[in-house]
Amino acid sequence: MARKIRVVIAKPGLDGHDRGAKIIARALRDAGMEVIYTGLHQTPEQIVETAIQEDADAVGISILSGAHMTLVPRILDGLRENGADDVIVVVGGTIPADDADELRKRGVAGIFTPGAPTSEIVDFLKGAVPVA
Amino acid sequence: MATTEDPSAEQTATDEWRAGLYEATPEREGEAFSTISGVQNEPLYTPHNVEVDYERDLGYPGVHPFTRGVYPSMYRGRLWTMRQFAGFGTAAETNARFRYLLEHGQTGLSTAFDMPTLMGYDSDNPRSLGEVGREGVAVDSLDDMETLFAGIPLGEVSTSMTINSPAAMLLAFYACVGEQQGVPLDRLRGTVQTDILKEYIAQKEWIFPPEPSMRLVVDMIEWCAQEMPLMHPVSISGYHIREAGSTAAQELAFTLADGFAYVDACVERGLDVDDFAPRLSFFFNAHLDFFEEIAKYRAARRIWARELRDRYGAKNPRSWLMRFHAQTAGVSLTAQQPEVNLIRTALEALAAVLGGTQSLHTNSFDEALALPTENAVRLALRTQQVIAHETGVVNTIDPLGGSYYVEHLTNELERQAYDYFDRIERLGGVVEAIKENFFQREIAEASFRYQAEVEAKQRIVVGVNRYQIEAEPELEILKIDPALEERQIARVQALRARRDSAAVESALARLQADAAEGRNLMPPILDAARAYVTMGEMCDALREVWGVWRETPVF
Repeated sequence: MARKIRVVIAKPGLDGHDRGAKIIARALRDAGMEVIYTGLHQTPEQIVETAIQEDADAVGISILSGAHMTLVPRILDGLRENGADDVIVVVGGTIPADDADELRKRGVAGIFTPGAPTSEIVDFLKGAVPVA
Repeated sequence: MATTEDPSAEQTATDEWRAGLYEATPEREGEAFSTISGVQNEPLYTPHNVEVDYERDLGYPGVHPFTRGVYPSMYRGRLWTMRQFAGFGTAAETNARFRYLLEHGQTGLSTAFDMPTLMGYDSDNPRSLGEVGREGVAVDSLDDMETLFAGIPLGEVSTSMTINSPAAMLLAFYACVGEQQGVPLDRLRGTVQTDILKEYIAQKEWIFPPEPSMRLVVDMIEWCAQEMPLMHPVSISGYHIREAGSTAAQELAFTLADGFAYVDACVERGLDVDDFAPRLSFFFNAHLDFFEEIAKYRAARRIWARELRDRYGAKNPRSWLMRFHAQTAGVSLTAQQPEVNLIRTALEALAAVLGGTQSLHTNSFDEALALPTENAVRLALRTQQVIAHETGVVNTIDPLGGSYYVEHLTNELERQAYDYFDRIERLGGVVEAIKENFFQREIAEASFRYQAEVEAKQRIVVGVNRYQIEAEPELEILKIDPALEERQIARVQALRARRDSAAVESALARLQADAAEGRNLMPPILDAARAYVTMGEMCDALREVWGVWRETPVF
């Protein structure tokens, strides 16, 4: 039997908009994944630490504060520095197209903007995470 | 309405109509007929479905229970205040946007602060990196507030400030700018949001645990009642509760419950309800389900008036009045085909006006993508001006009063609100319910249910799950210059270098002593503001005394 995909849903930065993060967390759990939700106001370092401690397959970063270009690269760098660059990183939130291109170049596997159905995110993670 | 002699006869007539005529045509499949919040709708409301005692439940505008409006003449006397929320970058950029809005006919100012300011961090705090000036203006000290309101006579405008945990500090900065302009405190007008309870419930920009936070709110209410009587020290806010995914009934119920909790806290301090209640104001969402929204505002006014008079014994009729600001629903905006947001916003704004709002912010159509451009903000303001001057809806007060459907929904939302009041009471009140994650769970449940309905296409969102287009045209959006952050950091650091550090130290020591000893904190905060102590330094001093709040995350 395939093991369960482990996903950390993370809220970096100072914004408190957690509606999307909670909906995604619940949809992923309902789709059979193991979900760890960090709660609000996490630093990039805290998120990297949680991802490693939880042995996550993927980290879903929810960010609506406009600080994505500062915070997301720090999470990517932190994972790399800790030898965890196999962790799939996806980002959800209000990410303008130019920024999305730049984040993909830096290693973000998927970007989901407002209106993306939860089923699309579930399918993406199922496709991206190899579960033997 | 129950005006007929024999309601059972009507029952029969309505039933006959339904069984004979209505059900002869099959209903459309797929989309739900309930409100966006899930309130069931009958196909038709008749005098039988709705029980209204006109004098008791509706009455007259400006007369208890104010269901039809808080003022006798409503928009025939004075239109609502068109108040567009603005703030980004540093104080200088926002000052320019304020002047732009005033030049285009806006009648009040409304300040959005950036995330670090909302969380009580100065711009040069490591946690602020990447967030300075992004979602609002960065204000670290009186120095920034002076720039923010430069050239704007504070005696002539009313200013709203969306700030909660550090509300006392920002109010003090504003008061100091007034002093510098020679405007006496008792002539400063405006609203400070200060509603910390809805932060724990929904918006999640908190610093301290609930008890000391509530004490700080009561300090502000008490101080304003004596010193700054034209200021609304609290704006009890359902807006963020709704944006976090609540239903209309939850927004109504949780907001009013918060309002009662502030009244309770002030009464416990020993204040007379009539000394502060007239200055409490409210802030609601204007969402898409047109009639449900109108019913929500009407129910809110009626409940508040009844409880303030009958439960709290307020004697001054102004204590019974629920005056509110409304903002169209940011959560309803889509990133897809963003121009369609203009239409959503117009309909939401119309609901707020038909619901009798005292002031209104209309969102800009590009806000699902970024902060709005000047062009988008102007269109948003024009939307209000069209409603005010071209549609004729301002000519008659509460024009939907007496609609069987609207009166039914008003009663239904009121009933659901009282159910929630009972549940909150059983949990031991608002603060205890927050600690048990009651509100957070209820909201998460509602927002998940709505999302599932959208994905099942029981709810259609135009451009998102129907009527999509392949190639979305690119929209020009506002970009915040990253150099602004560095400039703001340099600015606060330069301030620290040039001010009198002995005065800063002594102001902070007094603030901590007064916090520990339970004295009203407004006087030491004002003194600290005058000494150019930063907002973050004041918050840090209080963090040492009170500790910080951490939520147990639930989903």
